[in-house]
Amino acid sequence: MLKAEQISFRYTHNGPWILRDVSLAIEAGEVVGLSAPSGRGKTTLGKILAGYLPPLTGRVSLNGAPLPKSGYCPVQLIFQHPELAINPRWRMKRVLEEAFVPSAELLRDLGIEAGWLNRWPHELSGGELQRFAVARALGPATRYVIADEMTTMLDANTQAHIWQVVLDHVRRRKLGLLVVSHDAALLGRLCTQIISLPHL
Amino acid sequence: MASVSLKRAPKRVVTFDVFNRRVRTLGMIAFSVAVLAVMMLLAQVLGVDGLQTRLDVRNQPPSWANPFGTDWLGRDMFTRTLQGLTISLRVGLIASALSAVLGLLVGLAAATLGGWVDAAITWLIDLFMSLPHMVALILIAFVFGGGVNGVIASVALTHWTGLARVIRAEVLQLKTADYVQLSARFGHSKMWIARHHLLPHLFPQFVVGLLLLFPHAILHEAGITFIGIGLSPHQPAVGVILSESMRHLSTGYWWLAVLPGLALLVMVKSFDALGENLRALLDPRTAQE
Repeated sequence: MLKAEQISFRYTHNGPWILRDVSLAIEAGEVVGLSAPSGRGKTTLGKILAGYLPPLTGRVSLNGAPLPKSGYCPVQLIFQHPELAINPRWRMKRVLEEAFVPSAELLRDLGIEAGWLNRWPHELSGGELQRFAVARALGPATRYVIADEMTTMLDANTQAHIWQVVLDHVRRRKLGLLVVSHDAALLGRLCTQIISLPHL
Repeated sequence: MASVSLKRAPKRVVTFDVFNRRVRTLGMIAFSVAVLAVMMLLAQVLGVDGLQTRLDVRNQPPSWANPFGTDWLGRDMFTRTLQGLTISLRVGLIASALSAVLGLLVGLAAATLGGWVDAAITWLIDLFMSLPHMVALILIAFVFGGGVNGVIASVALTHWTGLARVIRAEVLQLKTADYVQLSARFGHSKMWIARHHLLPHLFPQFVVGLLLLFPHAILHEAGITFIGIGLSPHQPAVGVILSESMRHLSTGYWWLAVLPGLALLVMVKSFDALGENLRALLDPRTAQE
């Protein structure tokens, strides 16, 4: 179980609080939605859950233990903007295989064409790049996935297609999934439970 | 107006565009390197024979025997110019390399140590950049007692700021980049990330920064020598040549200033083109066909 207990966070000393005493828990195999209007700290919470930011107070635990400081993190975050999450000086094959070598099946499911692997990131569209980002996050050691507005910038077709692949993986491998979005309809379709962040 | 549309089709013009961007970039790099190599080779081939005083051929305008003419002592200006450029190149190489390494170290220190170190270095960079270049150059060259050492020290100590800024900004940006943080979440160590993510970004910046320092170093060497605190008048430095030629301009010996000046310009522009095109080649966005 990925658990956040009494998390508080602000970016600067004396700055405004972004999160105040936020608690949530995601079970393995569960799809949880996180919704809130812009600026409420959805991305910040996602980054804290995946270990990118340390919470000021409270703790994040994975099956009772804190997130590992080094080594592969079982909680993987998929960023909203794939073009920032990919090294512009690497070819796509290298980007894809930075964490693990994905199976041909996963690539086919996500619609990643073999020809794309030899291209540079700036030669692919945002939607194409996001498929790589999704593939990269679904490593064999991944237990929880945090999808931060993962498909917001994609068209409806691609969006549906990518979610189908991710949900299929989540079910088969009993992964926990946190869907961060302010699209209520999307969360309603995907999630068993929806959490919203209060206004501070 | 019908006549306008009835004009014959324009002639097919073969332009530079028939080559793709990568070929053009590589071509420009090859051309710049060739120009510089020819200059250096010619200086070696010609040797120093032309530097002998020959009073019987004083003040000759450019001819086949003396392409750049001769000066008031009958020395061949072509030989003098090429020898001068060789010296400039050597001085420029040392000064730029020192300056680039200094910029790299300072930039890295500012970005990785942060806090008051960063604040102090940023302040120092602003201070150096707010000083008029030539004033700082003259002062530092003077402190070092002029000569080759003075030139190298002054150029090295005034030109690190630009590269230091670039390196600092690049490292700061990379440190917080999503893909760098993501790499750590994939279990990669700090050293691995530095080697695979940071270094490939910094290396081109460093090399291009170093190359683009060259023209500055060479021009400033000529500048300091021109005003008399740089290289010794006995050396055939370009600055010395240009400075001496001033005394002979009013007598109509234009070749003493114009031709060495042009040669200096060609050399500087070659380095400039080399740096700019190398930059384009090292960036995947502009490196492709």
